[in-house]
Amino acid sequence: MSLVVLDHATKRFMTSSGGLHTAVSEVSLTVEAGEFVAVVGPTGCGKSTTLSLISGLEPPSEGTATVAGKPVTGIPDGVGYMFQTDAMLPWRTVLGNVAAGPMWRGVAKDKARDQAREWIERVGLKGFENYYMHQLSGGMRKRVALAQTLVNNPSILLMDEPFSALDVQTRALMQNELLNLWSDTNAAVVFVTHDLEEAITLADRVVVMTASPARIKDVFTINLPRPRNVEEIRMTPEFIAIYSEVWQSLSSEVEIARTTGANRVA
Amino acid sequence: MSLDLDQTTTETQTATVSKAGLSAKQRMRRHKALVYTLRVVLLVAVLAIWEISCTYLFDDFYYSKPSKVWNQLVVWFTQGTSSGSIWVNISATLQEAVYGFILGSIFGVVSGIILGRSRLLSEVLAPYIQALNAIPRVVLAALFVLWFGLGMTSKVVTALVLVFFPVFFNAFQGAREVDRNLVNNARILGASRWDVLRSIVVPSATSWILASLHTAFGFALIGAIVGEYTGATHGLGLLINTSQNSFNAAGVFAGMVICTVLALTAELFLGALERRLLKWRPPAQSTGATAV
Ligand SMILES: Nc1ncnc2c1ncn2[C@@H]1O[C@H](COP(=O)(O)OP(=O)(O)O)[C@@H](O)[C@H]1O
Ligand SMILES: [Mg+2]
Repeated sequence: MSLVVLDHATKRFMTSSGGLHTAVSEVSLTVEAGEFVAVVGPTGCGKSTTLSLISGLEPPSEGTATVAGKPVTGIPDGVGYMFQTDAMLPWRTVLGNVAAGPMWRGVAKDKARDQAREWIERVGLKGFENYYMHQLSGGMRKRVALAQTLVNNPSILLMDEPFSALDVQTRALMQNELLNLWSDTNAAVVFVTHDLEEAITLADRVVVMTASPARIKDVFTINLPRPRNVEEIRMTPEFIAIYSEVWQSLSSEVEIARTTGANRVA
Repeated sequence: MSLDLDQTTTETQTATVSKAGLSAKQRMRRHKALVYTLRVVLLVAVLAIWEISCTYLFDDFYYSKPSKVWNQLVVWFTQGTSSGSIWVNISATLQEAVYGFILGSIFGVVSGIILGRSRLLSEVLAPYIQALNAIPRVVLAALFVLWFGLGMTSKVVTALVLVFFPVFFNAFQGAREVDRNLVNNARILGASRWDVLRSIVVPSATSWILASLHTAFGFALIGAIVGEYTGATHGLGLLINTSQNSFNAAGVFAGMVICTVLALTAELFLGALERRLLKWRPPAQSTGATAV
């Protein structure tokens, strides 16, 4: 049985006008342990909603979500989730934020802090343990979020456009580090992005979603060798070939999203 | 390696700030000096106008004047008051205000956070809370003196009732406005409902609560003084009442001056507490605000 299974999962939301808005429609997706799956689609199509179905934060309206063989009712064991926007506690230091997860899971304070220190070092923030969030740059905050998530040793790592707010250089660095950190684990990753280049660079499979409501349009297997260097891999002919193939599929959805978006504004 | 990149950006930022900040700092200091000078000038001017106009124009029997108020203060502090040493009276008022403040704040915070987190409870109780809030609560002081007598209890309860509402409403609002993102993140990381309440709801309501405590201490003093004014054996409110009954306007003003000093002192303590508890917050951009 696959680690993560979405089976014809549909999610509808009440709109403010009282109607129903379908965010995700009939999505079926499986992710194996140790697999890195990227989900791409136009902004607003329903990618974040798909992740919230796996995380148990939102129940599906129809269909099922299953994690490690059990239907998702609450938050499943072993799930880590890096949110699209920063979600660290501003009144806690870096150390306090990273140690929070283990402490909430019942690890003794000293031990939790030791684990936190180890992860802070691994994400390259040694020396910043006592900084508050507002004293850190955007890239450093993402590192804190990464350490905060990974310190719990998740077997399923959900990431929602984690690097989209970063500048190009910092993003490439973070991507490389993510691949390094992930390669030491057997975690399944579901990585949402609207950046196709990022998706292909990182993933074993790229799932293309349609414009709203999100359905799965195509799934591409990325057979680029690992370990990958994110900056170098983009220059290879294999990368460029697969990129144009996936872009064929994605571009029409982006176009649809753009025109409906433009209509809504007009 | 990647870290170096982040670090250099923060370093260059601080470097530019301190370089450009030198002359700005001087300007700031000069500006501050000007503000303080003008404040003193304003105070002296108001007191002088009062003193002069009440010496030559108006009847200082009714309006008193600064020199008389000062003399009254000197008498109180050197010879005592009609109801004993001034310190006994100050300490009575202060104790009543502080107890009322602490109890009212605790009740306000606890019930504000409980109602802020429970939608059903807050919807059920909303009209009653609005109604209670609409009562002119100062009047309750009279009732409390009837119920609890002339001693301290009636004043503490009056202060408590006055303190409760502003603290309650702020705690309620603070508990409601908790960032859902923070809560979701914590739940994923393994926080129980209790953990969420303790580690997220309470701290994020703290800045709201602290903001209300400033006005709340003022209310506590008002409660204590109104209670004493209504009926007491000691306290600044009693001194004011006694002064009023003997047509001693200077005594009323002198009582007010002491209350003001108490309120300002409490304000200093609360400010220090606030800075300590909220040290995680980014510093306010005071330079930008005052320089323009
Ligand atoms: N909690 C919610 N309540 C109502 N509508 C929502 C909610 N979450 C998402 N939506 C709607 O669902 C759609 C998809 O949102 P989202 O999954 O965030 O898209 P994406 O992550 O692909 O940008 C959007 O139209 C959004 O307005
Ligand atoms: Mg999203």
